[in-house]
Amino acid sequence: MERKAIDLWVGIFVVLGVAALFGLAMKAGNLTSNNLGDTYTLTAAFENIGGLKRNAPVKSAGVVIGRVDNIKFDPTTYEAVVALKIDKRFQFSKDTNASILTAGLLGEQYLGIETGGESVNLKDGDKISHTQDAMVLEKLISKFMFNKASEGTGDGKTTTESEPKAKSRL
Amino acid sequence: MIDRLWRLGSGMRLFMLIIVSSGESFRRLHLTIREIYFTGVLSMQIILVSGFFVGMVLALQMFYVLRQFGSPDYTGVVLALSIIRELGPVVTALLFAGRAGTAITAEIGLMKANEELSAMEMMAVSPIARVVAPRFWAGVISMPILAVMFSMVGILGGYLVAVPMLGVDDGAFWSQMQAQVDFRFDILNSVIKSLVFGVACTMIALFEGFDAPPTAEGVSYATTRTVVTSSLAILGLDFILTSLMLTV
Repeated sequence: MERKAIDLWVGIFVVLGVAALFGLAMKAGNLTSNNLGDTYTLTAAFENIGGLKRNAPVKSAGVVIGRVDNIKFDPTTYEAVVALKIDKRFQFSKDTNASILTAGLLGEQYLGIETGGESVNLKDGDKISHTQDAMVLEKLISKFMFNKASEGTGDGKTTTESEPKAKSRL
Repeated sequence: MIDRLWRLGSGMRLFMLIIVSSGESFRRLHLTIREIYFTGVLSMQIILVSGFFVGMVLALQMFYVLRQFGSPDYTGVVLALSIIRELGPVVTALLFAGRAGTAITAEIGLMKANEELSAMEMMAVSPIARVVAPRFWAGVISMPILAVMFSMVGILGGYLVAVPMLGVDDGAFWSQMQAQVDFRFDILNSVIKSLVFGVACTMIALFEGFDAPPTAEGVSYATTRTVVTSSLAILGLDFILTSLMLTV
């Protein structure tokens, strides 16, 4: 087949396009950070997972060591069961504590793992028994409000009258 | 109004004819490659330069707004998401309509005015397979490549403004971006968008050229219509595609 300069230019064009896509995926996208290599799976049950999503990072001491694989609702215990994919290089003890934390005040939610003191490590498919639910802002505020209201009851008559009203409204 | 429906119908017929004769034109691949050179490679200059400047301006604007909220590190995220999701495909398609779409319309309109197309038909060469289908596929192939290049160059331009000029932290710029930009939902959707724009833009340009009255005035009128119709189609389709992609 006869070679033309145009063919070379089109070849360069296509190569540049593929390179740009590759560059976007590697430099701007999360394609690299999703690759964990060999992983093992752990599960953890929570009463409330807040805004935790699939692929959310699993961190220990602030370092990403895995990803949330999937989240299911268990209809028998009424809990959310979260499956985690953890990098094979990192092992955690049987009494590890998993808690749902928030990056910053309004940031995305991630799963924090703190290892315990036992010498036996968690194996593939094991369940993390010590868990701490996500902090739900509304619950926190209502708790704070109730504390404030009950603090007020000791002070005088007017507040004690207002408290049953507040309760009946709820 | 009824004229528009006529044109829409014959546009769809042209689209079907192109799909049917694609096999024939792919057998002579050098035709398509030649057209990729004219629509894609020659559009690179305008796409790369404008992508670079769009990225720089966006970084500048975002930096000054985000600094008020005390989070200039987010410049990278806002820059990457707005360029990859919206500006990359849309601005590329608008520039493409102006740079390559008009050229296609004028070329085909003039071929028709000079009766080259009828001459081909007389020689039993299908003008759809010989002239129209290669241009269609060239446009469809070039558009995503150009859009991806636009996004990459735009992010690089934004990086050059944000990091060395405005003093955003280098590591935060990229790591925040990588944490927020998803390959599947952002980058692949952007490619899908530009593919759709590629089909729409090239189809409109081809049809306007094919439909142009065979006079000098008719060709100039058709060229104007190409730009107007493609721009409107791109912006309208962009809204539809974005709402589909964000809800899924």
